[in-house]
Amino acid sequence: MATQTTKLSAHARGVIDAALEKYPPEQKRSAVLAALHEAQHDNKGFLTEELMDAVADYLEMPRIAVYEVASFYSMFETKPVGRHSISICTNVSCMLRGSDEIVEHVEQSLGIKIGESTEDGRIYLKCEEECLAACCAAPMMMVDHVYHENLTPQKVDEILAKLK
Amino acid sequence: MSEDELTIEVDGRSIPARKGAMLIEATDAAGIYIPRFCYHKHLSVAANCRMCLVEVERAPKPLPACATPVMDGMKVFTASPYAVDAQRSTMEFLLINHPLDCPICDQGGECELQDLAMGYGGDVSRYAERKRVVRDKDIGPLVQTDMTRCIHCTRCVRFGEEIAGLRELGATGRGENMEIGTYVAKAMSSELSGNVIDLCPVGALTSKPYRYSARAWELQQRDGIAPHDCLGSNVHFHIKGSKVKRVVPKDNANINETWLSDRDRFSYQALASEDRLLTPKIKRDGEWHECDWEVALESVADRLGQIGIEGQGDRIAALASPSSTTEEFYLLQRLIRELGGNSIDHRPRQVDFSADTTAPLAPCLGVDLAALEQADAILLIGSNTRHDQPLINHRIRKAALAGAQVIVLNPVDYEFNFPVARKLIVPPSQMPAALGGLAKQLARDAGSKDDVQAELSAFDVSEEHESIAALLQDADRCIVITGNLAERHPKYGQLSTLAAIVAGASSANYARLTDGANCAGAWLAGAIPHRGPGGRKIVDTGLDADRMFDSPQAAYVLLGLEPELDCIRPQKVVEALRSSFVVALSAFHNASLETAADVLLPIAAFAENEGSYVNSLGQWQSFEPAVRPPGDARPAWKLLRVLGERLSLPGFDAINCVDVTRDIAALCDGAVKPSSALGTVKIETPQESSGKPEAVLEIPLYATDAIVRHGEALQLAPQHNLDSVYLNQSTAKQLGLKHGGQAVVKGDGAETVMTVVVDDTIGDGSYLVYAAHVGATAFSGAEQIQISKA
Repeated sequence: MATQTTKLSAHARGVIDAALEKYPPEQKRSAVLAALHEAQHDNKGFLTEELMDAVADYLEMPRIAVYEVASFYSMFETKPVGRHSISICTNVSCMLRGSDEIVEHVEQSLGIKIGESTEDGRIYLKCEEECLAACCAAPMMMVDHVYHENLTPQKVDEILAKLK
Repeated sequence: MSEDELTIEVDGRSIPARKGAMLIEATDAAGIYIPRFCYHKHLSVAANCRMCLVEVERAPKPLPACATPVMDGMKVFTASPYAVDAQRSTMEFLLINHPLDCPICDQGGECELQDLAMGYGGDVSRYAERKRVVRDKDIGPLVQTDMTRCIHCTRCVRFGEEIAGLRELGATGRGENMEIGTYVAKAMSSELSGNVIDLCPVGALTSKPYRYSARAWELQQRDGIAPHDCLGSNVHFHIKGSKVKRVVPKDNANINETWLSDRDRFSYQALASEDRLLTPKIKRDGEWHECDWEVALESVADRLGQIGIEGQGDRIAALASPSSTTEEFYLLQRLIRELGGNSIDHRPRQVDFSADTTAPLAPCLGVDLAALEQADAILLIGSNTRHDQPLINHRIRKAALAGAQVIVLNPVDYEFNFPVARKLIVPPSQMPAALGGLAKQLARDAGSKDDVQAELSAFDVSEEHESIAALLQDADRCIVITGNLAERHPKYGQLSTLAAIVAGASSANYARLTDGANCAGAWLAGAIPHRGPGGRKIVDTGLDADRMFDSPQAAYVLLGLEPELDCIRPQKVVEALRSSFVVALSAFHNASLETAADVLLPIAAFAENEGSYVNSLGQWQSFEPAVRPPGDARPAWKLLRVLGERLSLPGFDAINCVDVTRDIAALCDGAVKPSSALGTVKIETPQESSGKPEAVLEIPLYATDAIVRHGEALQLAPQHNLDSVYLNQSTAKQLGLKHGGQAVVKGDGAETVMTVVVDDTIGDGSYLVYAAHVGATAFSGAEQIQISKA
């Protein structure tokens, strides 16, 4: 099987190498989460089979073992998605503070449902499974790893408008 | 009671247990059954099915027997109301998503889930919601998937990781969406993949070729021995009516454990091949005519008798498949020798026979497989055990994982499924030199006899040689193995002698792994040109498998061969056969056999045959016919016996196959164990490299013999493209070839254009070409092949 490691950018390989420093040399696979994070980030928010194979070959682990990890964790996308990722927390605190309306508002203004991406590939409305731990400022959402709290529909519109 | 043992109490019974063992091992040994799905004695403990929950005194909750270590005096209840309640609840969970499709499930009747549901399942399900459905995957021609039935025991996943050494299946997704599969669409490529069929406790992974063709309770089980490699795996044939419906492993801890290679498991399809030869045929004036046995045998006996009367008996040659039975070998050599000749052989792929005269009684491993597993160092010379002897490879893998240093000397850097410590990858012509350097270093260190050292003086010792030598010397238990590729090597005599010197100087055991299922039987039965049965001296040595085709003989008897595919120099073989009288005993007909032969005699193939094989462990394994041969086909030993009788030759009066076996055993002087003593030939000065790339003729995994070639599903299994030529980047550059380009490959009259595949596992200075498969170009030996840009 031809090795796929060249599918990783030089930058991504640098980041993975830095992660590998933390682990014993015979336990390269420990860096799989860090490597997948970087590969996904480098590819504008989602993983491809090629990239997962590249990570597997780079860390000298079976390819299926990387597929297992990538498909298990909700922070990895294994299908193409929009370049900005939005996660609206719908857990207990946020729900009590009106997250359902926020979700409805976002779905309506973007014309997509949770789990879908806009047609122009601008925004991905991720289905967030767990509490994002910002209950004191509920309702909240996370946009590209940045928390936005005490949301109102107006505030959401402003945030969405800034996403290019 | 030894120190490592303790006593536990299970259901009021005191039973012994090994310290550190899991509870389920102790109860299994004592015959106390605890239900389970994910636990398997040869796999790691996963403890994820929870079916084996039992009550343990003073434990606050039920504990899984497969993952609970025994403690002295612990009290366990496997069938208390508390334990049974836990087991029933687990069963209810497992059945939530399991489909109720037992009537159309191939596993029905031999399903662990079905069986346990009978004992632990409720009559009515409380689950009224929708069951989950999982899309089926296509994972190749051998294993059928019905993944909705999967209960996520992960036996198949652990098998890939731990036994096959090739992790192809995995559990992707999460929670209710977890699925077992390959994730990407691909066929399983492991040579042991079929074992997941046996391991799967439900009908999620079943046999594709067997699918929907019988029910477990309709099958009769008969014992047999697998005929494709020199291990002789023990099998069960499962028979419905007169047909072998499937082959499954028969447990034998000393041979195949509980496993079976795909080649041994699926080759049975060849028994029902359309290419089976069903009636005797005679060629008259170039036309084939079907005839009865009387006519066929009469004409063969007449012709062979006539040749004998004319004083040409020594010009009758016989070549048998290395997977013929010991009895067939014996009767065939007797026929040839009583007619006045000695030209009999069983090695159609060997070209160098120089080590024959000094060779031991029979080739063998010399140690048992448990010892192989415990080796500290293993030197593999000209051997791709993963393809050639998959389950011996499994033992080498076990040794390697336990820390053994494996060193390989090959022209191709084969993908082994275990860590390889050192590699010497050199072109074929340089293999003796590479081994010679190592032998020289070791002989010097070991203070071998002066004449041995003098013989080795011409070899160069590299730093790599020194470090490998140190590795071998440091190892307490060291094994040197020559494999199939070494046996096909044009300097096999040199390789085996040097291997013996290496073994001698490093206190190692020298083991030989051979082609086919019964090379050891052939040597013991005398199916070799220079020795009779039991190694008896022959004054007038006959012609070996190669030389018997140098010029046409008066007659040839071929047994179980497709000469143009099984012989390593098909060009010259086909040429010689064309102008001789040829009797072919064969289970199959094909065009080239029909061109070459004058009489075709249909014979029984493995499950239909009786006789014995001697495996590389020196074990004689007898087997009886499991089914009747199709049409008029007969066991070859009977045909040979009748021929001998008709020719009024002495010693052909045994009526039963076991009588023949007994005769051979007596001639072997009770020496049922082939000796592993070493034979040596004079060491030649190492050959200088010509600098020109050399051909490696590779036998594909599923083209080793006629039966495998007729196995329909095996032929569909993923293999390399057999019509391409493989070489690495630097060899490609040297030859001016590009990946995807065309190359002319020619050798001794045969010429073909092949697509170039750049593959960096091929060593520098070599290129790999496949032989022996249907449609292979008939090159005459690897040495004659040349390559150039198209």
